[in-house]
Amino acid sequence: MSQGTGWLDRHVTGYAEWLIRWRWAVVAVSLVIALAAAAGGQFLGFSTNYRVFFSPQNPQLQAFESLQRIYVREDNISIVIRPHQGNVFQPGLLRDVRALTEDAWKVPYATRVDSLTNFQNSTAEGDDLAVRDLVPADSPLDAADLVRIREAALAEPLIRDRLIAPDARTLSVNITVTLPLKSETEVPESMAYARRLVDGFRQAHPEVRVALTGSVALNHAFSESAEHDIATLVPLMYGVLLLVMGVLLRSIAGTVATLLVIGLSAASAMGLAGWLGILLTPPSVTAPTIILTLAIADSIHILITMLQNMRRGADKRTALVESLRINFEPVFLTSLTTFIGFLSLNFSDAPPFRDLGNITAIGVAAAWIYSIGFLPALMAILPVRVKQRPIGYAGAMDRLADFVVGRRRAVLAVMVAVVAVLVALVPRIELNDQFVNYFDRSIPFRQDTDFAMEHLSGIYQAQWSLPAPGPGGISDPDYLARVEDFADWLRAHDIVVHVQTITDIFSRLNKNMHGDDPAWYRLPQERDLAAQYLLLFEMSLPYGLDLNNQINVDKSATRIVATLENITTNELRSLDDAAAVWLSENLPSAAGTTASGPFVMFAYIAKRNIEGMLTGTFAAFVLISLTLMAALRSVRLGLISLVPNLVPAFMAFGVWSVLVGQIGLASSVVTATSLGIIVDATVHFLSKYQRARRTSGASAEQAVRYAFSTVGTALWVTTAVLIAGFAVLSLSTFEINASLGQLTALTLFMGIVADFLLLPTLLLLLAGRGGRDSESTLPTVQQAAE
Amino acid sequence: MNNLTTAAIAGIILCFSAIPTAAETPEEKGRWIAEQTDRRDLGWGDSEVHLTMTLRNREGQSSIRKLSIASLEVDEPKLGDRSLTLFDEPRDIEGTAFLSHTRILDPDDQWLYLPALKRVKRISSQNKSGPFVGSEFAYEDLVSQEVERYTYKYLRDEPCGDRTCFVSERFPVYEHSGYTRQVTWVDHTDFQPRKVEYYDRKGDLLKVLELVEYRQYLGKYWRAHRLEMVNHQTGKSTTLAFSDYSFKLGLNDGDFRKSRLERLR
Repeated sequence: MSQGTGWLDRHVTGYAEWLIRWRWAVVAVSLVIALAAAAGGQFLGFSTNYRVFFSPQNPQLQAFESLQRIYVREDNISIVIRPHQGNVFQPGLLRDVRALTEDAWKVPYATRVDSLTNFQNSTAEGDDLAVRDLVPADSPLDAADLVRIREAALAEPLIRDRLIAPDARTLSVNITVTLPLKSETEVPESMAYARRLVDGFRQAHPEVRVALTGSVALNHAFSESAEHDIATLVPLMYGVLLLVMGVLLRSIAGTVATLLVIGLSAASAMGLAGWLGILLTPPSVTAPTIILTLAIADSIHILITMLQNMRRGADKRTALVESLRINFEPVFLTSLTTFIGFLSLNFSDAPPFRDLGNITAIGVAAAWIYSIGFLPALMAILPVRVKQRPIGYAGAMDRLADFVVGRRRAVLAVMVAVVAVLVALVPRIELNDQFVNYFDRSIPFRQDTDFAMEHLSGIYQAQWSLPAPGPGGISDPDYLARVEDFADWLRAHDIVVHVQTITDIFSRLNKNMHGDDPAWYRLPQERDLAAQYLLLFEMSLPYGLDLNNQINVDKSATRIVATLENITTNELRSLDDAAAVWLSENLPSAAGTTASGPFVMFAYIAKRNIEGMLTGTFAAFVLISLTLMAALRSVRLGLISLVPNLVPAFMAFGVWSVLVGQIGLASSVVTATSLGIIVDATVHFLSKYQRARRTSGASAEQAVRYAFSTVGTALWVTTAVLIAGFAVLSLSTFEINASLGQLTALTLFMGIVADFLLLPTLLLLLAGRGGRDSESTLPTVQQAAE
Repeated sequence: MNNLTTAAIAGIILCFSAIPTAAETPEEKGRWIAEQTDRRDLGWGDSEVHLTMTLRNREGQSSIRKLSIASLEVDEPKLGDRSLTLFDEPRDIEGTAFLSHTRILDPDDQWLYLPALKRVKRISSQNKSGPFVGSEFAYEDLVSQEVERYTYKYLRDEPCGDRTCFVSERFPVYEHSGYTRQVTWVDHTDFQPRKVEYYDRKGDLLKVLELVEYRQYLGKYWRAHRLEMVNHQTGKSTTLAFSDYSFKLGLNDGDFRKSRLERLR
C-alpha cells in the first residue's frame, strides 16, 4: 500500500498496544460514557400527532394551518355504530345514542359533537322558525316518532352519508376535538375517554358493532404502532443477531462483546436522542433496529480477523493488534459512508425521517467508537479460546470468479439488459400514501377505519375554503349558486361520498321560511334575504353547534368539505387538480384555491420528500464517491465504483414495481440510506483489487480473482446479515417501516449482485481496454498482509 | 379620646356592616355579593347605547358589526329586562331588529324582524347558549344577570387591577346553558364585575371576559364600555365597544312589543 497507509499502520499498532495496556480503564470509561448517554432515554417520548410528518415549511401543512386558523382547528373522533341486524331506528338504540352524544361533550378537548340525535333540525312552525334537536330529550320514540326521525334524517343532505348511511344501518357520532397541541398527553387523554364511552356502549348493546376512528384515533395509532414496534422488533433483532454471531464467530467471548457493543451503540444513540429532545415516531423507532444491524458489522470484521489469526496459531494479544491494524481503515471508511448516507436524511421534508437519520448516524458513530475502543479492550480482558484449524471456504468464490472472468462479456451483457429492464420499470411505480394503510390489521385503528369506510364514510377528506367577493359575500346569490354548482360537481364523482356545504343550509332555511314547501328548497335569490336567514338561523343554534366551522369571521369565505371513498392519493391529486381547474373557470373569487386537509397533506408527502431527498441523495452520493476516491487513491476506480453503487437502488425499485406496484413515503429515503451501506461491499472489493494490482503487479484478471477469494465470502456473509436485519423491519406494524425494510433488503441484495457480477466485469473490460491501471506505478511500500 | 375611639369603632362597624360576618357560608356570601351588584343597578329605567363588535380569528382576520340597543328595566319576579337590538352593519342585515323579553329561569321570548322578508319571526330560544351573531359572546352572556339565574359560592379575595375583588363561582340554574360554572371577579368598592371565566360542559376553561372602562351614569349606575372576550379553546376573540349611553329616555312597554318591530325603520 502507499506510504500514507504505512504511517497509519504504525499509528494503529501503537494505538492497539496502548489500548491493551489500558484495557480496564478503556472498558470503564466506555461504560461510563454509554451510561451517561443512555440516561437521556428517560426524556424519550412518543409523538402523538400526525402533523409531525410535516416540516413547518411544508406548503400543504401551512395551507391547512391557515385554514384552521380561519375556521377552527379541529381533529375528530368518530364513533361508528352498526347493529349486526336491522337498522339504527330502534328506540333503545337511539335513546342510548342520544345519551352517548351528550356524554361525548365531556371527551377532553371536545368542542363540538355532531350526531343524528342533536342535528339542528329546522322546521316551519306556523309562521315561525323552529330549530331543535332531531331527537330531543322528550322524544317519545314511538312508531310515528321513529318514522318522523327516519324520514327527516335520510332526506337531509347535511347528514345523510355523513352521520347516517343511506341504508339506515349505520350511524356515527362525530366528536370535534380542538387539541391545544401543548402536550403529548392530549391525544391519549381524549382517546382513553372515548374508549371508555365506547366500552360502556358496547356492554349495553352487545348486538351492535362499535368502531372508533377519526384523526385523533389516527394520531393515537402512530404512537401505539411505534410502541408496539419497539417492544417486538428490537428483541427479535437481538435474536436474529445472536443466531448470526453464533454461526459466524463460534466464540462466547466474541458474542458477548459484540452484543455489548451493539447494545451500547443503540442505547447511546437512543439516549442522545432523548437528550436532544427528539420525539419518537414510527419511522424513528426503527433506529435501534437499524443500528443493531449496522453496528454488528464493525465488531464482526474485527473479531473474525482476530479469531482467524488465533486459529492460525497467533496469541490473543498479537491477533488483536493485527486485527485492528488491518481493519482500522475499512471499518472507519464503511462507518463514515453509512454515517453520511443516514445524515443525508436531513434533506427529507418529514421530520421523523430526519430523526431516523440523525439517531442512526449517532448510533453508527457510537458503534465505530465502541468497536475500535471498547471491543478490543474487552476482548483483551475476556478469556478467548479457539481450536487451531485451517480455514478455507473460498471454493465457491473461486468458482464464481472463474465464471465471471471466463464469461465476462456475456455476464456484462446480461447484467446490462437486466438493469435496463428494471430501470425501465421504475416509472410504473405509483406513489400512494393512504395513511390508514400505513397500519397493518393488528392495529385497532386500521380495523375500525376500514369498517367505518365500508359501511358509512371514511376518514379521507378534502376541504376547500372558497373566498367570496368581499366581506359578507357569502350571501351573494351568484356566489352561492356557484358554490352549489361546485358541490354538485364534487357529488358527481363516484369517489365522493358526502359534501358538506353551507348552500344546503340556505336552501333548507328558504324552504322553512315558506312553510316547509319542498318547492322552495333552493337558494334565496337576494343577498339581504340570505344574510338575514343566516342571522336568524345562527341565533337559533345552541352552544357548540354554530356555523363558525363553515363560515369565516367576516363572512367572506365558506368551507366545503368532501368526504371520500377509500381512494389512493393519486386519485385525490387528480380530484384536486380537476377541482382547481373547475374553480378557476367557474368561481372567479376562488380561483387558485386548492384542496386542503390531512389526507391532502399525505397525498403530496411522498412527492415532496422525494424532491428533498433527490438533493440529499445526490449530496450523499457525491460525498461518498469522494470518500471512495480518497480511500482508494484513484479517481478512475472511484468513477467505476459509481455504477455498482448507483444501480442497485434502481434495480430494487424496478423489482418493486413488478411485485408491489405502489410505494409511499418510504421510497424517498431508501436510496440514500442503502447507498451508505452497499458502498461498503464495493469498498472492500475494490481495495483488495487495488492492493493486488499495486503491490503484486497483478493483471486485472488476477486481481479480480484475488478480490473474490479474499473478501468474497465475507461480503456475502455480511450482506446476508444486513438483509436479515432489514427483513426484520418488514414485520413492523407500520407499512412505511415494512416497505423501508423490504426495499433496503432488496437493494442490499442487488448491491451484492452488482458487486459480484457487474463490478468485476467492468473492471476487466475497462482494464482490458486501458491496459494497466495508470496509477499503479505509484511506489509500493509493503506487501499486503493477506 | 374615648369619644374618638367610639366613633372610630362605630365607623369601622358601619364600614363593615355591608360585609357579611364569618358565620356566613361561602354560598351565602357569594349570593350576597350578587345581590349587592343587583341592588346598585336598580332604578335605571331605560337606556340606549351604540355598540361596535369586533370579531377576530386566530389568523388575525377581523370583522365589525354595528348595532344599537334599547333596554327597559323590568322589576317583576321571574322576569328579566327587555331589549331591542337594531343592526346597522354589515349592510346586508341593516334594519334587522331583535326583540327579547328575558325571563329569569324559563326560556326567553325572542323575535327577529327581517326587513328583506318584511316579517317578524319568533325564535325558538331554548338555545341561548349559541354564539351571538357569530361572536364569542353567547346570548346568555349578554342578557341581564339577574341574581336568581345562578347559585353562588364565594371563593376568596384577590387584587384586580388597582382594586380588590371578591372571587366567586356561580352555577347556572336555567336550562340549556352552555356552561357548568363561571368564576367572577367583583370589586369591593362598586360591586361591578371586572372579569368572568366561563367553564364548559367538561369543566374546562372556555372563555375569559374582561370588563373595562367603567363609567358612572346618573351619579349611580356603572357601565363597562369595553368587553373583551377571548375563547381559549379556539383562540378567537370578540371586543364589544359601547358608546353614547343615554338614560331615562321615557321608553315604555309599548316600545318593546312585537308589533313595534315592523315599524322600526
